[in-house]
Amino acid sequence: MTTVAPPQAPAELSRTERRRLSEATRAERRFGWLLCAPAVIVMLAVSAYPIVYAIYLSLQRYDLRFPEQTHFVGLSNYGTVLSSGTWWHAFFVTVIIMVVSVAIELALGMALALLLYYTPLWRGLVRTSILLPYGIVTVAAAYSWQFAWTPGVGYLANLLPAGSAPLTNQWQAIGIIILAEIWKTTPFMTLLLLAGLTLVPEDLLKAAKVDGASGWQRFTQIMLPLMKPAILVALLFRMLDAFRIFDNIFILTKGNNGTGSVSILGYDNLFTALNLGIGSAISVLILICVAIIAVIFILGFGTAAPGTALERR
Amino acid sequence: MNIHHDGRPSWLRGPDFRRRAAVMSAPVLLAAALAACSSGNGSGPVTLNYWSFPDNSGAIQQAVDTCSAASGGKYTIVYNKLPTDADGQRQQLVRRLAAHDSSMDILGLDVTWEAETAQAGWILPWTGADKAAAVRDTLPTMLQTATWRGQLYAVPYNTNTQLLWYRSDLVPNPPTTWDQMINMAEQLAKEGKPHYIEIQGAQYEGATVWFNSLVSSAGGSILNATSTAPSLGPPALKALQIMSRLAHSVAADPSLSVQQEDQNRLAMEGGTAAFELNYPFVYPSMKTNNPTLFKNFKWALYPGVVPGFPSRVTIGGIDLAVSAFSTHPDLARQAILCLRDRDNQILAATKGGLPPTLMSLYSDPAFIKAYPFAADIKQALLTASVRPKTPYYQNVSIVISHAVSPAIGIDPPATLNQIKGGIENALVDKGLVP
Repeated sequence: MTTVAPPQAPAELSRTERRRLSEATRAERRFGWLLCAPAVIVMLAVSAYPIVYAIYLSLQRYDLRFPEQTHFVGLSNYGTVLSSGTWWHAFFVTVIIMVVSVAIELALGMALALLLYYTPLWRGLVRTSILLPYGIVTVAAAYSWQFAWTPGVGYLANLLPAGSAPLTNQWQAIGIIILAEIWKTTPFMTLLLLAGLTLVPEDLLKAAKVDGASGWQRFTQIMLPLMKPAILVALLFRMLDAFRIFDNIFILTKGNNGTGSVSILGYDNLFTALNLGIGSAISVLILICVAIIAVIFILGFGTAAPGTALERR
Repeated sequence: MNIHHDGRPSWLRGPDFRRRAAVMSAPVLLAAALAACSSGNGSGPVTLNYWSFPDNSGAIQQAVDTCSAASGGKYTIVYNKLPTDADGQRQQLVRRLAAHDSSMDILGLDVTWEAETAQAGWILPWTGADKAAAVRDTLPTMLQTATWRGQLYAVPYNTNTQLLWYRSDLVPNPPTTWDQMINMAEQLAKEGKPHYIEIQGAQYEGATVWFNSLVSSAGGSILNATSTAPSLGPPALKALQIMSRLAHSVAADPSLSVQQEDQNRLAMEGGTAAFELNYPFVYPSMKTNNPTLFKNFKWALYPGVVPGFPSRVTIGGIDLAVSAFSTHPDLARQAILCLRDRDNQILAATKGGLPPTLMSLYSDPAFIKAYPFAADIKQALLTASVRPKTPYYQNVSIVISHAVSPAIGIDPPATLNQIKGGIENALVDKGLVP
């Protein structure tokens, strides 16, 4: 192939130079991709494929007991789920558990973080011991809560008037589920907030003190604004977790008596009713809800998504 | 992507995938083969995998060993224990069957799973000589549970049903109807004596069993004869009225809404109850745990609903089936017939406490010695009722247990409508399972 000589030599020079540069960059980028490839392939295999497959299943009438009746039904499974009172009830229960437990965890976690931050003695030991509930397997902890609240054998149930079975009453059971969640994950909240607290410069607090700011003013005017990124990340993580709550409910009530979350509902439809179509539609809807929560936090409140912090600064 | 009707993309199907799966599972097979070589003779017996409920009495393991030895080197049965709870057992079996797992040969199915597993084509029908051997002397009610669309799909292994257990020091003559029993309990309450009626009221399968026993005893059924629509009607209304009456009565245990079989047993052993509707396992337990009360611990047939008509209590138990994905179905059938033969059923009854499915055993002196209530159990079993036979049983059962538990929330006509609507939806696989 022949190339026509360009009229302007300098431009030509810069273009080859640019090409050479970009070739180097491209090679570098290719090398980068090559290094990432194993991770990307694994990620695609373990997360993208199941998600795509779940979406595909959710568009089918697919009941494991009737394999011969399997056929494409479009969005009708979503219509069934979204028009079902059962879904909205589970959704409502999930949102209540999420909002109440995360709000209390935030308040408690903040108090504990401050306590830890200002603990003069054995800081490491105190931090470790506060983390203990988080280190216990949720299912094991949930079983001990379940025994504690079972009439006749449980020490907590025995504190109640005879004949009360709190785990069979909808609101009492939801209260117990929230309590178990708070007990379990407040340490996680504390840890994230403590990390945020260490970002607040000591000098700033001292200066404010000299200027006559009260303890409360220093907390609300200096600490909270500086900790905002840490608080938002902590809230985001916990809300995403809390929305998908499953294990505590599964052990404590099995979702009976109107205490099921959306994840319990999905599980029951997938594994008990063996209805892969409806169950997958519920799973996809949960994914969408979780995505909406994340988007609200990242776009609405400007939460730094993990990994983007460096680029922003 | 080329997608087939069974929902699996093409690359997950066919010889390619199987070869890959084979390569991946090669080390496991190799290990199994080595184990087989080290333990047996040259060619080695075929390994049959038997999956069933976890039996801690040792009866199943003993039967497995006896049958393996008696096969004359044809097969070795390996007993794999499923989870303890029925839901967990069903989930594990169904997950493996749906994945066409060939490492299961003999399946211990609860009496409510036959319809769905047979409908899905996961278990093989029994025909010819094998079928003739399987039905001989076997309880007809149990054979009903193992039959789907006119074909026998499984062989009854053990059975179970509830009796009325009562304290003869408090109740000289056992009640014959529910109303009578509640009246007696209320009278005992007035006298300040132990008076609770122990029944399974928690929101689970047990509540469905209670409802089914009452509806059948009132002369009705939950589904019509062809399992295509709910039947219910006045008998179901009567059943709900009885459940509601008990829940509002002083006769009800305060923890009715959380009670399962074991809580019932504990309450009776604790001395707070006068009546208990439960399976025979409570008898040896009372003997060990409370010898004083055991002296007055008597049994009678489950109370009826309509005076003059005997009860029709729900039948339970395990049926043995051959997986459709077994590579040795003929040997598996032979093994099943051995596992549930006369000797092994006596073993399961005396060691494991489970009532047998061979009718002649109920007049066998050895069995009656271990089972003093054998005659009553047999009578209860012969008139027993079967739970709805439909591949949608799980959905139907959830609709019922959610409607009738907690029993205090039953409003008979409204609850009946709720159950009817729920079952209609469940039978066409419409809507969500709550």
